[in-house]
Amino acid sequence: MARFTGKKKKETPGLNMGSMSDIIFMLLFFFMTITTMRESSLYITIKVPSATETVKLEKKSLVSYINVGIPMQGEMQKKYGTESRIQLNDMISEVSDIPLFVETEINDRVEADRPFVTFSIKADKDTRMGLISDIKQELRNSGAFKIFYNAAKGTRK
Amino acid sequence: MGRKTPGLNTSSMSDISFLLLAFFLLVSNINTDQGIARRLPPPLPPNQDKPPEVKERNIFVVKINSKDRLLFNGEVGDISDLKDRAKEFLGNPNNDPSLPEKIDMDIPLLGNMKVSKGIISLQNDRGTSYDMYVAVQNELTVAINEMRNELSYEKFGRKYVDLNDSQAEAIDQAIPIAISEAEPTKIGDKK
Repeated sequence: MARFTGKKKKETPGLNMGSMSDIIFMLLFFFMTITTMRESSLYITIKVPSATETVKLEKKSLVSYINVGIPMQGEMQKKYGTESRIQLNDMISEVSDIPLFVETEINDRVEADRPFVTFSIKADKDTRMGLISDIKQELRNSGAFKIFYNAAKGTRK
Repeated sequence: MGRKTPGLNTSSMSDISFLLLAFFLLVSNINTDQGIARRLPPPLPPNQDKPPEVKERNIFVVKINSKDRLLFNGEVGDISDLKDRAKEFLGNPNNDPSLPEKIDMDIPLLGNMKVSKGIISLQNDRGTSYDMYVAVQNELTVAINEMRNELSYEKFGRKYVDLNDSQAEAIDQAIPIAISEAEPTKIGDKK
């Protein structure tokens, strides 16, 4: 009789979640490949100026950054003052360090890429042009002619 | 046959990978850097101490002083006028004898073009702010881009950015980025 009266509980079959993780992993790898890790941590604060005619910086692997800005508040300002300073890779540097920096940055790339290395000047908008001119002069003398002024997309004044 | 091995419970696996995904999304950045690209001139050869002379009509001098004020060819000006002044100078539509000369040039795809010999000379002080400098560079870029767009519409019926490489190169030749930068003055230098 049980065959007729017993209410057999029909369980809904659980969704197979086995492949879910694979899908998420695929997403993860996708994001890992298209993004870049954040650059070396900055010891200076940079608020880039705004411009309208900006272009995108292509080929990130061929770009070296020259950061210019005011040392961060606290320890950094005690050590380096409140005037704009240059940061190359992980170090607060002087203008005279730029030729060596350019040389190592260019030599790090494979031979075919070397003429296309771009030096991106990421400078705070309150920086005086004296410092920027010195940087440009050093770049010019070290044979780095492709430069890029980092700016945020904004409105015209 | 041995007993069936109980299946691993993998439902939390996706949670873990989600966490990983979220972590990578946070620590990485996709933002493409934007800015203005420029090419520096190569250093002067040592046996040549002066750059070649350029006729006065072919130069448009833009000076920025340490207080971020502008001077166009010796007159005080405002940044809002800079774009039009630069366009007028580089374009010289009425062949004004006080504005730059033009030379005939054969450019592939465009044929015979009159290319302006005008050069915008940009001089700043060591005390000029970078903000102002970029603003001026931006205005000059606006002027050049507008002129390139106009020519591109006239010749190819499309915007400059939509052109293919060889067409864009032709336009670049007809309207080059003629900005020259002089040594900065040292009036506003604190050091």
